[in-house]
Amino acid sequence: MEFCNCIDPQMPADDLLVKYQYISDFFIALAYFSIPLELIYFVKKSAVFPYKWVLVQFGAFIVLCGATHLINLWTFVIHSRTVAIVMTTAKVLTAVVSCATALMLVHIIPDLLSVKTRELFLKNKAAELDREMGLIRTQEETGRHVRMLTHEIRSTLHRHTILKTTLVELGRTLGLEECALWMPTRTGLELQLSYTLRQQNPVGYTVPIHLPVIDQVFSSNKAVTISHNCPVARLRPYAGKYMPGSVVAVRVPLLDLSNFQIYDWPEVSTRNYALMVLMLPSDSARQWHVHELELVEVVADQVAVALSHAAILEESMRARDQLMEQNVALDLARREAETAIRARNDFLAVMNHEMRTPMHAVIALSSLLQETDLTAEQRLMVETILKSSNLLATLINDVLDLSRLEDGSLQLEATTFNLHSLFREVLNLIKPVASVKKLSLTPHLASDLPMYAIGDENRLMQTILNVVGNAVKFSKEGCISITAFVAKPESFRDARIPDFLPVPSDSHFYLRVQVKDSGSGINPQDIPKLFTKFAQNQSLTTRNPAGSGLGLAICRRFVNLMEGHIWIESEGIGKGCTATFIVKLGIADRSNELKLPFVPKVPGNPVHGCTHFAGLKVLVMDDNGVSRTVTKGLLMHLGCDVTTASSSEECLGVVSVEHEVVFMEVCTGLDGYELAVRLHEKFTKHQDRPLMVALTGNTKRVTKENCMRVGMDGLILKPISVDKMRGVLSELLERRVLFETV
Amino acid sequence: MDGLVQLQKQLVDYTASLFHEGFLDDQFNQLQQLQDESNPDFVVEVVTLFFEDAERLLNELTKTLGQPSTDFKKLDAHVHQLKGSSSSIGAHRVHRICISFRNSCEEQNVEGCLKNLQQVTHEYSLVKSKLETLFRMEQQILAAGG
Repeated sequence: MEFCNCIDPQMPADDLLVKYQYISDFFIALAYFSIPLELIYFVKKSAVFPYKWVLVQFGAFIVLCGATHLINLWTFVIHSRTVAIVMTTAKVLTAVVSCATALMLVHIIPDLLSVKTRELFLKNKAAELDREMGLIRTQEETGRHVRMLTHEIRSTLHRHTILKTTLVELGRTLGLEECALWMPTRTGLELQLSYTLRQQNPVGYTVPIHLPVIDQVFSSNKAVTISHNCPVARLRPYAGKYMPGSVVAVRVPLLDLSNFQIYDWPEVSTRNYALMVLMLPSDSARQWHVHELELVEVVADQVAVALSHAAILEESMRARDQLMEQNVALDLARREAETAIRARNDFLAVMNHEMRTPMHAVIALSSLLQETDLTAEQRLMVETILKSSNLLATLINDVLDLSRLEDGSLQLEATTFNLHSLFREVLNLIKPVASVKKLSLTPHLASDLPMYAIGDENRLMQTILNVVGNAVKFSKEGCISITAFVAKPESFRDARIPDFLPVPSDSHFYLRVQVKDSGSGINPQDIPKLFTKFAQNQSLTTRNPAGSGLGLAICRRFVNLMEGHIWIESEGIGKGCTATFIVKLGIADRSNELKLPFVPKVPGNPVHGCTHFAGLKVLVMDDNGVSRTVTKGLLMHLGCDVTTASSSEECLGVVSVEHEVVFMEVCTGLDGYELAVRLHEKFTKHQDRPLMVALTGNTKRVTKENCMRVGMDGLILKPISVDKMRGVLSELLERRVLFETV
Repeated sequence: MDGLVQLQKQLVDYTASLFHEGFLDDQFNQLQQLQDESNPDFVVEVVTLFFEDAERLLNELTKTLGQPSTDFKKLDAHVHQLKGSSSSIGAHRVHRICISFRNSCEEQNVEGCLKNLQQVTHEYSLVKSKLETLFRMEQQILAAGG
């Protein structure tokens, strides 16, 4: 035998088992070598693998195992010692590495397991998120539906359209079988079926409002599921096989117009609700989802708001129509009033002339009569006639001037007159009437009452006459006392006349007249009405159909114009009454008896050339021959020395410093005004210049202004009577100025 | 004497009627007042003057209105004169018509003017005859010794 270092395997090499082992080892080795390769390949492929060095270790372990098995292949046959050493080395290394690996794995595997857990967790999370996404999407859908519905509902302000649209859109969105709206009736005790989705014209079913189901729905702002046997839910004949669809009801607040806190749907203030009932299709096995209920609730609120807007719109349309009607009516009334005023003015204008004409005749004839031979008694009668008719003429003027009074354009005259004789005249006029009624008149004129005063004599007389006349009219018996005195400043602070604050001064005094009668009196409540135009005391109309009710109104106006105050007191029916008035009059600084006579003075005999004006040189300029002759005759009758001129040139040629007055007609163009200017230029020294007086028939206001503008000293209106001319001349020579009121 | 009283009464009545019917107004009275011993025929003089003046003016008016194109200014001036004269003697009706005549002139209404002219001529002739009658009666009274 050869001695070798080879190691002999125990078993013969040709054994079958050995052969199998040989093959298996070979394959194991192959596998073991390929695994790391695969591992490396896949690790390289994957981006994330945290345990690379573990892999290296594993790889080494496997490679070594593989190597071991590979080397094992050689040990099946006789092999040299080297092979055995290599084999041993390999096995040792493998053992080391594998132990190391085993130890390492103890640490690694829990980690790997936890990775797995996290993966599972993440998967679950993802599933959850998916679910939530689904939910959100559904909600968004719902939201879109709501917006769309709201848009549809709010796109119109017509109540009917709003409600119909709501039902239609809700039906479409939610796929409803039936949808209905029950509105409260006018009485508020029942709900009436007003709108439905499927039926075109719902017959007026009504349901009492206080059912427990309905109360339940009304008490919460949520959509409430109700039973389909409930009367409000029985909307359609039951047609399904199995189960009618689930029914939900929600309240719709009907807001009052004035109630708009939308963020605070008031539980308390709206009492009125309508009921909306929604029915899912039968046999569909559908249930109400939460988001669908929410949709319904939101829609119900929107409908409420839309209805309120519609109601507001209706209301404002109605108000506008009403206003328009009122406007039209007012316009009509205004036009009627204007027509009435115009008619009245026309009437006044016509009557003005018509009434004055007969008055002229009366006055003219009475004055004619005066000129004839009369007995003293007759003369007295004629004088009274004349005075009364002059008064009447004044009255006519005043009644017809009432419109001017109301405009405030009436101006009082300011002339000096005899106060005492004024009262005497009033008494003379009233005495006959009073004595017929067996009333006694007692006048008391205070001793400090001035003899003369400055004011509007005619209108003062009219006022006194009116007041005294009323006293006489409304007394059946007894006595009437008339007191007149100068009012002292202390007496002004009278509780009865709170607004009257007269200011005493040196040039004026306040005349206070009080008329007390013992007649039928006046109810204190009626006193304010006394001064209103045309308002008569009802109880007295039967006894006094002739009064027009104008008297006191006119008196008050006159008194007011005279910066005074008038009032009436009475203690009641049957206790008589006292009328008092205070007026402001000027103090006459000289006992000047002259006044502009509207009433022609009563001459005892016709005066032949008053010596007052003897030889007064006057110049008359008038281009109308007749007019000139008349004026000349007038002035000559008064004793003046008259020169005439028929044009401005002629006048300028003739005029001299000796002429005291120049009367000129200014009607014909501007000749007269021009003349005035030229005369001013001609006579530079004031005392040389004659008085320039316009004598014209032109009654326009502008005439007066023009005269004043060119510096004329006076304006007198034609026609002018002898007496008037006398008065005018006197006044002119005294005062150096005289402008008649136009 | 009886006759005189009668005549005087007649005069008074007649005068009264003239006033009543509006032919004359207060101005005529004034004229009568101006008549006295120093001026015994004042009224007759003035009235005669008026007649002359009026007739002249009426002629002018007729001529002016007869022109193919009416000169309203001239028309107005004449009417104004007539108005002045009539008011000076108290011819009331004539005066009134002159006022409305002036309005027609202002409005430049030829139709109106023609109508007014006709009216004023008519009224003038009426008042003229009335006044002449009045004067005749006065003469009679004077003649009878009144």
